[in-house]
Amino acid sequence: MPSGLPFEREIDEMEELLAKMESGTGNGQVTASEEVRRMRRELANLIRKVYGNLRSWDTVLVSRHKNRPQTLDYIDMIFDDFVELHGDRAIGDDRAMRTGFARLADFRVMLVGHQKGHTLKERNECLYGCAHPEGYRKALNKMRLAAKFRIPIICLIDTPGAYPGIGAEERGQAQLIATNLLEMSRLATPIICVVIGEGGSGGALGIGIGDRVAMLEHAYYSVISPEGCAGILWKVATEETKPMAAEALKLTARDLFRLRVIDAIIPEPLGGAHRDPRGMGSILKDYLLRYLRELRDLSVAELLDQRYQKFRAMGVFVEQVI
Amino acid sequence: MASVGKMKRGVPEGLWIRCPQCKATIFRKEAESRFNVCPECQHHFYLPARERIRQLLDADSFEEWFKDLRPSDPLGFKDRIIYGERLKAEQAKTGMPDAAVVGRGYIRGRPVVFGVTDFAFMAGSMGSVVGEKLTRAVEEATRLTLPLIFVSGSGGGARMQEGILSLMQMAKVSAALARYDQAGGLYISVLTNPTMGGVAASFALQGDLTLAEPGALVGFAGKRTIWNTVRLELPEGFQTSEFLLKHGFVDRIVARKDLRTEVARIVDFCER
Repeated sequence: MPSGLPFEREIDEMEELLAKMESGTGNGQVTASEEVRRMRRELANLIRKVYGNLRSWDTVLVSRHKNRPQTLDYIDMIFDDFVELHGDRAIGDDRAMRTGFARLADFRVMLVGHQKGHTLKERNECLYGCAHPEGYRKALNKMRLAAKFRIPIICLIDTPGAYPGIGAEERGQAQLIATNLLEMSRLATPIICVVIGEGGSGGALGIGIGDRVAMLEHAYYSVISPEGCAGILWKVATEETKPMAAEALKLTARDLFRLRVIDAIIPEPLGGAHRDPRGMGSILKDYLLRYLRELRDLSVAELLDQRYQKFRAMGVFVEQVI
Repeated sequence: MASVGKMKRGVPEGLWIRCPQCKATIFRKEAESRFNVCPECQHHFYLPARERIRQLLDADSFEEWFKDLRPSDPLGFKDRIIYGERLKAEQAKTGMPDAAVVGRGYIRGRPVVFGVTDFAFMAGSMGSVVGEKLTRAVEEATRLTLPLIFVSGSGGGARMQEGILSLMQMAKVSAALARYDQAGGLYISVLTNPTMGGVAASFALQGDLTLAEPGALVGFAGKRTIWNTVRLELPEGFQTSEFLLKHGFVDRIVARKDLRTEVARIVDFCER
Protein backbone atom coordinates (compact mmCIF):
# COMPACT_ATOMS: atom_id res chain seq x y z
CA MET A 1 0.00 0.00 0.00
CA PRO A 2 2.32 2.79 -1.18
CA SER A 3 1.53 6.24 0.18
CA GLY A 4 2.20 8.10 -3.03
CA LEU A 5 4.18 10.78 -1.22
CA PRO A 6 7.41 11.53 -3.07
CA PHE A 7 9.55 11.71 0.05
CA GLU A 8 8.23 8.34 1.22
CA ARG A 9 9.59 6.36 -1.71
CA GLU A 10 12.34 4.72 0.33
CA ILE A 11 9.87 3.94 3.10
CA ASP A 12 7.46 2.41 0.61
CA GLU A 13 10.19 0.21 -0.81
CA MET A 14 11.28 -1.02 2.56
CA GLU A 15 7.70 -1.63 3.67
CA GLU A 16 7.13 -3.68 0.58
CA LEU A 17 10.27 -5.69 1.19
CA LEU A 18 9.30 -6.23 4.80
CA ALA A 19 5.83 -7.38 3.83
CA LYS A 20 7.38 -9.92 1.47
CA MET A 21 9.74 -11.14 4.15
CA GLU A 22 7.00 -11.45 6.73
CA SER A 23 4.92 -13.61 4.46
CA GLY A 24 8.01 -15.10 2.86
CA THR A 25 8.96 -18.75 2.77
CA GLY A 26 12.22 -20.55 2.11
CA ASN A 27 14.58 -19.26 4.79
CA GLY A 28 14.88 -21.00 8.11
CA GLN A 29 12.28 -19.66 10.58
CA VAL A 30 14.82 -18.34 13.09
CA THR A 31 16.95 -16.31 10.70
CA ALA A 32 13.86 -14.95 9.02
CA SER A 33 12.38 -13.58 12.22
CA GLU A 34 15.71 -12.05 13.22
CA GLU A 35 16.00 -10.51 9.82
CA VAL A 36 12.43 -9.25 10.02
CA ARG A 37 13.07 -7.67 13.40
CA ARG A 38 16.17 -5.96 12.10
CA MET A 39 14.22 -4.73 9.09
CA ARG A 40 11.46 -3.38 11.28
CA ARG A 41 13.97 -1.46 13.35
CA GLU A 42 15.56 -0.10 10.24
CA LEU A 43 12.21 0.90 8.83
CA ALA A 44 11.26 2.70 12.03
CA ASN A 45 14.58 4.52 11.96
CA LEU A 46 14.05 5.47 8.36
CA ILE A 47 10.54 6.78 9.02
CA ARG A 48 11.82 8.70 12.01
CA LYS A 49 14.56 10.21 9.90
CA VAL A 50 12.28 11.14 7.00
CA TYR A 51 9.57 12.56 9.25
CA GLY A 52 12.10 14.42 11.34
CA ASN A 53 13.21 16.31 8.25
CA LEU A 54 10.00 17.16 6.44
CA ARG A 55 10.00 20.39 4.50
CA SER A 56 6.96 22.63 4.91
CA TRP A 57 5.64 21.51 1.56
CA ASP A 58 6.03 17.85 2.57
CA THR A 59 3.90 18.62 5.62
CA VAL A 60 1.22 20.06 3.34
CA LEU A 61 1.26 16.81 1.35
CA VAL A 62 1.01 14.70 4.51
CA SER A 63 -1.89 16.84 5.74
CA ARG A 64 -3.72 16.07 2.49
CA HIS A 65 -2.94 12.36 2.43
CA LYS A 66 -5.93 10.34 1.29
CA ASN A 67 -5.65 7.90 4.18
CA ARG A 68 -5.34 10.60 6.80
CA PRO A 69 -8.20 10.36 9.30
CA GLN A 70 -10.95 12.94 8.82
CA THR A 71 -13.79 14.21 10.98
CA LEU A 72 -16.05 11.22 10.29
CA ASP A 73 -13.20 8.81 11.07
CA TYR A 74 -12.67 10.45 14.44
CA ILE A 75 -16.40 10.28 15.07
CA ASP A 76 -16.19 6.53 14.46
CA MET A 77 -13.01 6.00 16.41
CA ILE A 78 -13.28 8.13 19.54
CA PHE A 79 -16.78 9.60 19.91
CA ASP A 80 -19.92 7.76 21.00
CA ASP A 81 -23.59 8.38 20.28
CA PHE A 82 -23.05 10.79 17.43
CA VAL A 83 -26.36 12.45 16.61
CA GLU A 84 -25.90 14.33 13.38
CA LEU A 85 -27.83 17.60 13.11
CA HIS A 86 -28.41 18.80 9.59
CA GLY A 87 -29.19 22.05 7.92
CA ASP A 88 -28.66 25.76 8.40
CA ARG A 89 -32.34 26.72 8.62
CA ALA A 90 -31.99 28.93 5.58
CA ILE A 91 -30.43 27.42 2.48
CA GLY A 92 -29.56 23.77 2.88
CA ASP A 93 -27.34 21.14 4.41
CA ASP A 94 -23.71 21.63 3.51
CA ARG A 95 -21.97 18.24 3.44
CA ALA A 96 -18.54 19.84 3.75
CA MET A 97 -19.48 20.75 7.32
CA ARG A 98 -20.73 18.11 9.76
CA THR A 99 -22.35 18.99 13.04
CA GLY A 100 -24.01 17.09 15.82
CA PHE A 101 -24.13 15.94 19.42
CA ALA A 102 -21.62 13.36 20.52
CA ARG A 103 -20.11 11.92 23.66
CA LEU A 104 -16.43 11.84 24.41
CA ALA A 105 -15.89 9.61 27.44
CA ASP A 106 -18.03 11.29 30.15
CA PHE A 107 -18.47 14.54 28.30
CA ARG A 108 -21.34 15.44 26.04
CA VAL A 109 -20.13 17.75 23.30
CA MET A 110 -21.21 19.50 20.14
CA LEU A 111 -19.01 18.32 17.34
CA VAL A 112 -18.37 20.61 14.37
CA GLY A 113 -15.99 19.56 11.65
CA HIS A 114 -15.10 19.85 8.01
CA GLN A 115 -15.40 16.64 6.04
CA LYS A 116 -13.30 16.19 2.92
CA GLY A 117 -14.15 12.63 1.98
CA HIS A 118 -11.88 9.72 1.09
CA THR A 119 -13.49 8.37 -2.06
CA LEU A 120 -14.19 10.34 -5.19
CA LYS A 121 -17.90 10.05 -4.57
CA GLU A 122 -17.57 11.41 -1.04
CA ARG A 123 -15.25 14.13 -2.19
CA ASN A 124 -17.69 15.29 -4.82
CA GLU A 125 -20.46 15.31 -2.27
CA CYS A 126 -18.56 17.40 0.23
CA LEU A 127 -16.48 19.37 -2.27
CA TYR A 128 -13.16 18.33 -0.71
CA GLY A 129 -14.09 20.01 2.54
CA CYS A 130 -14.76 23.43 1.04
CA ALA A 131 -17.84 24.72 2.82
CA HIS A 132 -20.35 27.20 1.44
CA PRO A 133 -21.96 30.00 3.46
CA GLU A 134 -24.67 27.58 4.54
CA GLY A 135 -22.00 25.38 6.11
CA TYR A 136 -20.78 28.25 8.28
CA ARG A 137 -24.35 29.21 9.13
CA LYS A 138 -25.11 25.61 10.08
CA ALA A 139 -22.01 25.46 12.26
CA LEU A 140 -22.98 28.64 14.13
CA ASN A 141 -26.56 27.51 14.47
CA LYS A 142 -25.49 24.27 16.21
CA MET A 143 -22.83 26.02 18.27
CA ARG A 144 -25.45 28.43 19.59
CA LEU A 145 -27.59 25.48 20.54
CA ALA A 146 -24.63 24.03 22.40
CA ALA A 147 -23.94 27.31 24.20
CA LYS A 148 -27.55 27.52 25.34
CA PHE A 149 -27.11 24.28 27.24
CA ARG A 150 -23.47 24.80 28.23
CA ILE A 151 -22.35 21.92 26.05
CA PRO A 152 -18.67 22.26 25.11
CA ILE A 153 -17.90 22.56 21.42
CA ILE A 154 -15.19 20.66 19.57
CA CYS A 155 -14.24 21.97 16.13
CA LEU A 156 -12.18 19.75 13.86
CA ILE A 157 -10.67 21.87 11.12
CA ASP A 158 -9.77 20.25 7.81
CA THR A 159 -10.33 22.38 4.74
CA PRO A 160 -8.30 23.74 1.85
CA GLY A 161 -10.45 26.87 2.22
CA ALA A 162 -14.02 28.12 2.05
CA TYR A 163 -15.53 27.32 -1.34
CA PRO A 164 -14.66 29.91 -3.98
CA GLY A 165 -17.62 29.98 -6.33
CA ILE A 166 -20.40 32.08 -7.75
CA GLY A 167 -23.12 30.70 -5.48
CA ALA A 168 -20.89 31.03 -2.44
CA GLU A 169 -20.38 34.73 -3.18
CA GLU A 170 -24.06 35.29 -3.93
CA ARG A 171 -24.97 33.74 -0.61
CA GLY A 172 -22.44 35.77 1.35
CA GLN A 173 -19.33 33.69 2.02
CA ALA A 174 -17.51 36.67 3.55
CA GLN A 175 -20.57 37.69 5.57
CA LEU A 176 -21.10 34.27 7.10
CA ILE A 177 -17.45 33.82 8.06
CA ALA A 178 -17.39 37.34 9.53
CA THR A 179 -20.47 36.53 11.60
CA ASN A 180 -18.92 33.30 12.87
CA LEU A 181 -15.73 35.05 13.98
CA LEU A 182 -17.70 37.61 15.93
CA GLU A 183 -20.15 35.19 17.49
CA MET A 184 -17.64 32.47 18.35
CA SER A 185 -15.59 35.00 20.28
CA ARG A 186 -18.48 35.32 22.75
CA LEU A 187 -20.24 31.96 22.79
CA ALA A 188 -20.74 31.14 26.45
CA THR A 189 -19.41 27.59 26.43
CA PRO A 190 -15.93 26.09 26.10
CA ILE A 191 -14.67 25.77 22.51
CA ILE A 192 -11.78 23.54 21.53
CA CYS A 193 -10.42 23.77 17.99
CA VAL A 194 -8.01 21.31 16.46
CA VAL A 195 -6.58 21.53 12.96
CA ILE A 196 -6.54 17.86 12.01
CA GLY A 197 -5.39 18.28 8.43
CA GLU A 198 -5.62 21.39 6.32
CA GLY A 199 -6.14 24.76 7.94
CA GLY A 200 -7.00 26.76 4.86
CA SER A 201 -7.37 30.45 5.63
CA GLY A 202 -10.77 32.01 6.38
CA GLY A 203 -12.48 28.69 5.76
CA ALA A 204 -10.55 27.25 8.70
CA LEU A 205 -10.83 30.31 10.94
CA GLY A 206 -14.61 30.31 10.37
CA ILE A 207 -14.82 27.49 12.93
CA GLY A 208 -11.48 28.28 14.53
CA ILE A 209 -12.13 30.69 17.41
CA GLY A 210 -11.76 28.82 20.66
CA ASP A 211 -10.42 28.62 24.18
CA ARG A 212 -7.86 26.07 23.07
CA VAL A 213 -6.51 25.90 19.56
CA ALA A 214 -4.19 23.04 18.70
CA MET A 215 -2.79 21.39 15.61
CA LEU A 216 -1.87 17.85 14.81
CA GLU A 217 1.86 17.53 14.21
CA HIS A 218 1.60 17.27 10.43
CA ALA A 219 -1.32 19.61 9.87
CA TYR A 220 -0.84 23.06 8.39
CA TYR A 221 -2.65 26.34 9.01
CA SER A 222 -2.16 29.27 6.70
CA VAL A 223 -3.50 32.63 5.62
CA ILE A 224 -3.41 31.46 2.00
CA SER A 225 -2.77 28.12 0.32
CA PRO A 226 0.82 27.56 -0.85
CA GLU A 227 -0.59 27.28 -4.38
CA GLY A 228 -2.37 30.62 -4.08
CA CYS A 229 0.69 32.27 -2.58
CA ALA A 230 2.96 30.87 -5.29
CA GLY A 231 0.55 32.09 -7.94
CA ILE A 232 0.68 35.62 -6.58
CA LEU A 233 4.40 35.81 -5.91
CA TRP A 234 5.83 33.83 -8.80
CA LYS A 235 2.90 34.04 -11.22
CA VAL A 236 2.57 30.27 -11.44
CA ALA A 237 2.22 27.48 -8.91
CA THR A 238 4.76 24.87 -9.95
CA GLU A 239 6.57 22.02 -8.25
CA GLU A 240 9.32 24.54 -7.67
CA THR A 241 7.35 27.55 -6.41
CA LYS A 242 4.82 25.73 -4.19
CA PRO A 243 7.53 24.51 -1.78
CA MET A 244 9.04 28.01 -1.72
CA ALA A 245 5.66 29.50 -0.85
CA ALA A 246 5.01 26.86 1.81
CA GLU A 247 8.37 27.63 3.38
CA ALA A 248 7.82 31.41 3.31
CA LEU A 249 4.33 31.22 4.84
CA LYS A 250 5.50 29.49 8.05
CA LEU A 251 2.48 27.24 8.13
CA THR A 252 3.55 24.15 10.08
CA ALA A 253 2.44 23.35 13.62
CA ARG A 254 5.93 24.11 14.86
CA ASP A 255 5.87 27.52 13.16
CA LEU A 256 2.49 28.38 14.64
CA PHE A 257 3.53 27.28 18.08
CA ARG A 258 6.59 29.48 17.82
CA LEU A 259 4.40 32.42 16.67
CA ARG A 260 2.16 31.82 19.73
CA VAL A 261 -0.91 31.18 17.63
CA ILE A 262 -1.62 27.65 18.87
CA ASP A 263 -1.58 26.15 22.34
CA ALA A 264 -0.15 22.76 21.48
CA ILE A 265 1.24 20.50 18.81
CA ILE A 266 -0.53 17.18 19.13
CA PRO A 267 1.99 14.47 18.24
CA GLU A 268 1.14 11.99 15.52
CA PRO A 269 2.04 8.32 15.44
CA LEU A 270 5.41 7.61 13.85
CA GLY A 271 5.22 8.39 10.15
CA GLY A 272 2.02 10.38 10.33
CA ALA A 273 -1.64 9.84 11.18
CA HIS A 274 -2.28 8.07 7.88
CA ARG A 275 -0.04 5.17 9.01
CA ASP A 276 -1.98 4.61 12.21
CA PRO A 277 -5.41 6.29 12.33
CA ARG A 278 -6.40 4.45 15.54
CA GLY A 279 -3.21 5.52 17.26
CA MET A 280 -3.92 9.08 16.16
CA GLY A 281 -7.48 8.85 17.45
CA SER A 282 -6.38 7.80 20.87
CA ILE A 283 -3.80 10.60 21.15
CA LEU A 284 -6.35 13.18 20.00
CA LYS A 285 -8.87 11.85 22.49
CA ASP A 286 -6.41 12.31 25.35
CA TYR A 287 -5.81 15.92 24.37
CA LEU A 288 -9.50 16.72 23.96
CA LEU A 289 -10.31 15.21 27.34
CA ARG A 290 -7.52 17.15 28.98
CA TYR A 291 -8.82 20.40 27.49
CA LEU A 292 -12.41 19.62 28.42
CA ARG A 293 -11.33 19.05 32.02
CA GLU A 294 -9.25 22.24 32.09
CA LEU A 295 -12.12 24.35 30.81
CA ARG A 296 -14.92 22.67 32.73
CA ASP A 297 -14.51 24.61 35.95
CA LEU A 298 -14.09 28.10 34.55
CA SER A 299 -16.93 30.54 35.00
CA VAL A 300 -18.39 31.99 31.80
CA ALA A 301 -16.82 35.35 32.62
CA GLU A 302 -13.38 33.79 33.09
CA LEU A 303 -13.75 31.71 29.98
CA LEU A 304 -14.74 34.62 27.76
CA ASP A 305 -12.15 36.90 29.24
CA GLN A 306 -9.39 34.36 28.62
CA ARG A 307 -10.64 33.76 25.10
CA TYR A 308 -10.57 37.48 24.43
CA GLN A 309 -7.05 37.89 25.80
CA LYS A 310 -5.83 34.89 23.83
CA PHE A 311 -6.61 36.44 20.45
CA ARG A 312 -5.98 39.98 21.68
CA ALA A 313 -2.34 39.12 22.18
CA MET A 314 -1.75 37.90 18.63
CA GLY A 315 0.33 39.89 16.20
CA VAL A 316 3.85 41.26 16.05
CA PHE A 317 4.59 44.97 15.67
CA VAL A 318 6.84 47.69 16.99
CA GLU A 319 5.63 50.60 19.03
CA GLN A 320 8.05 53.46 18.77
CA VAL A 321 7.74 55.99 21.47
CA ILE A 322 9.30 59.12 20.12
CA MET B 1 -3.52 68.00 -26.71
CA ALA B 2 -4.11 67.07 -23.13
CA SER B 3 -1.93 64.41 -21.67
CA VAL B 4 -3.83 61.55 -20.17
CA GLY B 5 -2.45 60.82 -16.74
CA LYS B 6 -1.13 57.37 -16.15
CA MET B 7 -2.85 55.22 -13.60
CA LYS B 8 -0.74 54.17 -10.68
CA ARG B 9 -2.57 51.72 -8.45
CA GLY B 10 -5.82 53.43 -9.31
CA VAL B 11 -4.38 56.85 -8.46
CA PRO B 12 -4.75 59.13 -11.45
CA GLU B 13 -1.87 61.52 -11.98
CA GLY B 14 -1.48 64.52 -14.18
CA LEU B 15 -3.66 67.44 -15.19
CA TRP B 16 -6.08 65.31 -17.12
CA ILE B 17 -7.24 61.87 -16.20
CA ARG B 18 -9.11 59.18 -18.01
CA CYS B 19 -12.00 57.58 -16.21
CA PRO B 20 -11.36 53.81 -16.14
CA GLN B 21 -15.07 53.16 -16.39
CA CYS B 22 -16.48 55.48 -19.07
CA LYS B 23 -13.09 56.30 -20.62
CA ALA B 24 -13.96 59.99 -20.66
CA THR B 25 -11.04 62.37 -20.39
CA ILE B 26 -11.76 64.61 -17.45
CA PHE B 27 -10.11 67.57 -15.83
CA ARG B 28 -8.40 66.37 -12.70
CA LYS B 29 -9.41 69.41 -10.67
CA GLU B 30 -13.01 68.86 -11.54
CA ALA B 31 -12.98 65.24 -10.40
CA GLU B 32 -11.28 66.33 -7.19
CA SER B 33 -13.87 68.98 -6.54
CA ARG B 34 -16.49 66.26 -6.79
CA PHE B 35 -14.96 64.03 -4.10
CA ASN B 36 -12.84 62.15 -6.64
CA VAL B 37 -15.85 61.01 -8.57
CA CYS B 38 -16.06 61.04 -12.36
CA PRO B 39 -18.40 63.90 -13.40
CA GLU B 40 -19.49 61.91 -16.45
CA CYS B 41 -20.36 58.46 -15.07
CA GLN B 42 -20.09 58.83 -11.28
CA HIS B 43 -17.27 56.29 -11.09
CA HIS B 44 -15.75 56.55 -7.62
CA PHE B 45 -11.99 56.85 -7.84
CA TYR B 46 -9.60 55.62 -5.18
CA LEU B 47 -9.41 57.98 -2.23
CA PRO B 48 -6.34 58.15 0.04
CA ALA B 49 -6.95 57.81 3.78
CA ARG B 50 -6.09 61.44 4.47
CA GLU B 51 -8.47 62.61 1.78
CA ARG B 52 -11.20 60.33 3.16
CA ILE B 53 -10.76 61.89 6.57
CA ARG B 54 -10.94 65.37 5.05
CA GLN B 55 -14.13 64.52 3.17
CA LEU B 56 -15.98 62.62 5.85
CA LEU B 57 -15.03 64.32 9.10
CA ASP B 58 -15.51 67.92 10.14
CA ALA B 59 -12.61 70.20 9.25
CA ASP B 60 -9.59 69.77 11.52
CA SER B 61 -11.59 67.63 13.93
CA PHE B 62 -9.55 64.46 13.48
CA GLU B 63 -7.14 63.45 16.20
CA GLU B 64 -5.04 60.50 15.10
CA TRP B 65 -4.32 57.69 17.56
CA PHE B 66 -1.60 55.06 17.85
CA LYS B 67 0.61 56.72 15.29
CA ASP B 68 3.67 55.02 16.66
CA LEU B 69 2.75 51.50 15.63
CA ARG B 70 5.16 50.15 13.04
CA PRO B 71 5.10 46.87 11.16
CA SER B 72 7.88 44.34 11.50
CA ASP B 73 8.76 41.18 9.65
CA PRO B 74 7.91 38.35 12.06
CA LEU B 75 8.20 35.61 9.44
CA GLY B 76 11.31 36.86 7.70
CA PHE B 77 9.14 36.72 4.61
CA LYS B 78 10.98 36.79 1.36
CA ASP B 79 9.64 36.53 -2.15
CA ARG B 80 11.30 38.52 -4.89
CA ILE B 81 12.15 41.09 -2.26
CA ILE B 82 12.29 40.94 1.53
CA TYR B 83 9.10 42.04 3.27
CA GLY B 84 11.06 44.60 5.28
CA GLU B 85 12.22 46.19 2.05
CA ARG B 86 8.72 46.12 0.63
CA LEU B 87 7.46 47.89 3.74
CA LYS B 88 10.08 50.61 3.38
CA ALA B 89 9.13 51.14 -0.25
CA GLU B 90 5.41 51.31 0.59
CA GLN B 91 6.08 53.71 3.45
CA ALA B 92 8.14 55.96 1.18
CA LYS B 93 5.47 55.85 -1.52
CA THR B 94 2.50 56.60 0.75
CA GLY B 95 4.05 58.49 3.65
CA MET B 96 2.15 56.10 5.95
CA PRO B 97 3.70 53.59 8.39
CA ASP B 98 1.07 50.99 7.44
CA ALA B 99 -2.34 50.71 5.78
CA ALA B 100 -4.67 51.93 8.55
CA VAL B 101 -5.35 55.30 10.12
CA VAL B 102 -7.54 55.47 13.24
CA GLY B 103 -8.56 58.18 15.65
CA ARG B 104 -11.31 60.38 16.87
CA GLY B 105 -13.20 63.10 15.09
CA TYR B 106 -16.54 64.70 14.45
CA ILE B 107 -19.09 64.11 11.71
CA ARG B 108 -21.36 67.12 11.44
CA GLY B 109 -20.72 67.82 15.07
CA ARG B 110 -21.19 64.24 16.26
CA PRO B 111 -18.17 62.73 17.99
CA VAL B 112 -17.09 59.37 16.54
CA VAL B 113 -14.20 56.95 16.55
CA PHE B 114 -13.02 56.60 12.99
CA GLY B 115 -10.77 54.20 11.09
CA VAL B 116 -9.85 53.77 7.45
CA THR B 117 -7.70 51.35 5.47
CA ASP B 118 -5.83 52.73 2.49
CA PHE B 119 -5.54 50.67 -0.67
CA ALA B 120 -2.32 52.40 -1.67
CA PHE B 121 -0.39 50.68 1.12
CA MET B 122 0.03 47.05 0.12
CA ALA B 123 -3.48 46.99 -1.28
CA GLY B 124 -4.86 47.97 2.13
CA SER B 125 -4.14 44.49 3.44
CA MET B 126 -4.43 43.68 7.14
CA GLY B 127 -1.31 42.63 8.98
CA SER B 128 -0.50 43.00 12.66
CA VAL B 129 -0.42 46.81 12.66
CA VAL B 130 -3.76 47.22 10.87
CA GLY B 131 -5.30 44.61 13.16
CA GLU B 132 -3.87 46.20 16.28
CA LYS B 133 -4.86 49.75 15.34
CA LEU B 134 -8.42 48.78 14.51
CA THR B 135 -8.70 46.68 17.67
CA ARG B 136 -7.47 49.53 19.83
CA ALA B 137 -9.86 51.88 18.09
CA VAL B 138 -12.75 49.52 18.87
CA GLU B 139 -11.64 49.25 22.48
CA GLU B 140 -11.44 53.03 22.76
CA ALA B 141 -14.89 53.40 21.21
CA THR B 142 -16.16 50.94 23.81
CA ARG B 143 -14.50 52.82 26.65
CA LEU B 144 -15.67 56.24 25.44
CA THR B 145 -19.12 54.93 24.38
CA LEU B 146 -18.79 56.58 20.98
CA PRO B 147 -20.13 55.48 17.61
CA LEU B 148 -17.57 53.71 15.44
CA ILE B 149 -17.07 54.20 11.71
CA PHE B 150 -14.68 52.04 9.70
CA VAL B 151 -14.12 52.70 6.02
CA SER B 152 -12.45 49.74 4.36
CA GLY B 153 -10.50 49.78 1.14
CA SER B 154 -8.61 46.53 1.32
CA GLY B 155 -8.16 44.58 -1.88
CA GLY B 156 -5.52 42.45 -0.26
CA GLY B 157 -7.59 41.00 2.57
CA ALA B 158 -5.32 39.47 5.19
CA ARG B 159 -1.67 40.29 4.43
CA MET B 160 0.13 37.27 3.08
CA GLN B 161 3.57 38.49 4.14
CA GLU B 162 2.66 38.19 7.83
CA GLY B 163 1.19 34.76 7.30
CA ILE B 164 -0.98 33.24 10.01
CA LEU B 165 -0.58 36.36 12.18
CA SER B 166 -2.59 38.28 9.59
CA LEU B 167 -5.33 35.66 9.67
CA MET B 168 -5.44 36.01 13.45
CA GLN B 169 -5.97 39.77 13.16
CA MET B 170 -9.38 38.89 11.75
CA ALA B 171 -10.13 37.02 14.98
CA LYS B 172 -8.69 39.78 17.15
CA VAL B 173 -10.65 42.68 15.71
CA SER B 174 -13.81 40.53 15.56
CA ALA B 175 -13.54 39.76 19.26
CA ALA B 176 -13.18 43.46 20.05
CA LEU B 177 -16.21 44.27 17.91
CA ALA B 178 -18.23 41.60 19.72
CA ARG B 179 -17.47 43.30 23.03
CA TYR B 180 -18.29 46.69 21.59
CA ASP B 181 -21.59 45.29 20.35
CA GLN B 182 -22.28 43.76 23.76
CA ALA B 183 -21.72 47.18 25.29
CA GLY B 184 -24.34 48.64 22.98
CA GLY B 185 -22.04 50.54 20.61
CA LEU B 186 -23.08 51.58 17.12
CA TYR B 187 -20.73 50.38 14.38
CA ILE B 188 -21.21 51.63 10.84
CA SER B 189 -19.08 49.87 8.25
CA VAL B 190 -18.48 51.60 4.94
CA LEU B 191 -17.28 49.39 2.09
CA THR B 192 -15.24 51.04 -0.61
CA ASN B 193 -13.44 49.71 -3.64
CA PRO B 194 -12.08 47.13 -3.08
CA THR B 195 -12.93 45.17 0.09
CA MET B 196 -11.99 41.54 -0.31
CA GLY B 197 -10.90 38.36 1.40
CA GLY B 198 -10.07 38.44 5.08
CA VAL B 199 -11.09 42.05 5.51
CA ALA B 200 -14.51 41.40 4.02
CA ALA B 201 -14.72 38.22 6.10
CA SER B 202 -14.11 40.13 9.32
CA PHE B 203 -14.62 43.73 10.44
CA ALA B 204 -15.93 45.06 7.12
CA LEU B 205 -19.03 42.86 7.34
CA GLN B 206 -19.58 43.02 11.10
CA GLY B 207 -21.24 46.41 11.22
CA ASP B 208 -24.64 47.13 12.72
CA LEU B 209 -25.07 48.81 9.38
CA THR B 210 -23.22 48.12 6.17
CA LEU B 211 -22.99 50.98 3.70
CA ALA B 212 -21.18 50.73 0.38
CA GLU B 213 -19.95 53.22 -2.16
CA PRO B 214 -21.36 52.59 -5.65
CA GLY B 215 -19.48 50.14 -7.83
CA ALA B 216 -17.08 48.91 -5.14
CA LEU B 217 -15.66 45.42 -5.53
CA VAL B 218 -16.61 43.45 -2.43
CA GLY B 219 -16.30 39.71 -1.92
CA PHE B 220 -14.54 36.77 -0.38
CA ALA B 221 -12.62 34.95 -3.09
CA GLY B 222 -10.75 36.73 -5.86
CA LYS B 223 -12.07 36.45 -9.36
CA ARG B 224 -9.08 34.46 -10.53
CA THR B 225 -9.47 31.95 -7.72
CA ILE B 226 -13.14 31.51 -8.53
CA TRP B 227 -12.43 31.13 -12.20
CA ASN B 228 -9.79 28.51 -11.47
CA THR B 229 -12.34 26.54 -9.48
CA VAL B 230 -15.54 26.82 -11.48
CA ARG B 231 -14.21 27.68 -14.97
CA LEU B 232 -17.36 29.64 -15.67
CA GLU B 233 -17.86 33.12 -16.99
CA LEU B 234 -18.59 35.33 -13.99
CA PRO B 235 -21.88 37.21 -14.18
CA GLU B 236 -21.97 40.91 -15.08
CA GLY B 237 -21.51 43.08 -12.02
CA PHE B 238 -20.34 40.12 -9.92
CA GLN B 239 -19.07 41.10 -6.44
CA THR B 240 -20.00 44.77 -6.75
CA SER B 241 -21.81 46.86 -4.16
CA GLU B 242 -24.95 46.54 -6.27
CA PHE B 243 -24.54 42.74 -6.35
CA LEU B 244 -24.27 42.67 -2.56
CA LEU B 245 -27.28 44.94 -2.18
CA LYS B 246 -29.32 42.70 -4.44
CA HIS B 247 -28.32 39.61 -2.46
CA GLY B 248 -29.09 41.26 0.85
CA PHE B 249 -25.69 41.96 2.37
CA VAL B 250 -25.63 45.76 2.21
CA ASP B 251 -28.08 48.15 3.87
CA ARG B 252 -27.52 51.09 1.56
CA ILE B 253 -25.41 52.16 -1.34
CA VAL B 254 -24.35 55.71 -0.69
CA ALA B 255 -22.66 58.07 -3.13
CA ARG B 256 -19.50 59.57 -1.73
CA LYS B 257 -20.89 63.10 -1.72
CA ASP B 258 -23.76 61.96 0.54
CA LEU B 259 -21.75 59.80 2.89
CA ARG B 260 -21.22 62.40 5.58
CA THR B 261 -24.88 63.31 5.76
CA GLU B 262 -26.00 59.69 5.70
CA VAL B 263 -23.62 58.62 8.45
CA ALA B 264 -24.64 61.56 10.63
CA ARG B 265 -28.29 60.71 10.08
CA ILE B 266 -27.78 57.08 11.10
CA VAL B 267 -25.88 58.16 14.20
CA ASP B 268 -28.86 60.31 15.13
CA PHE B 269 -31.32 57.48 14.55
CA CYS B 270 -29.37 55.20 16.85
CA GLU B 271 -28.72 57.71 19.58
CA ARG B 272 -29.64 56.46 23.02
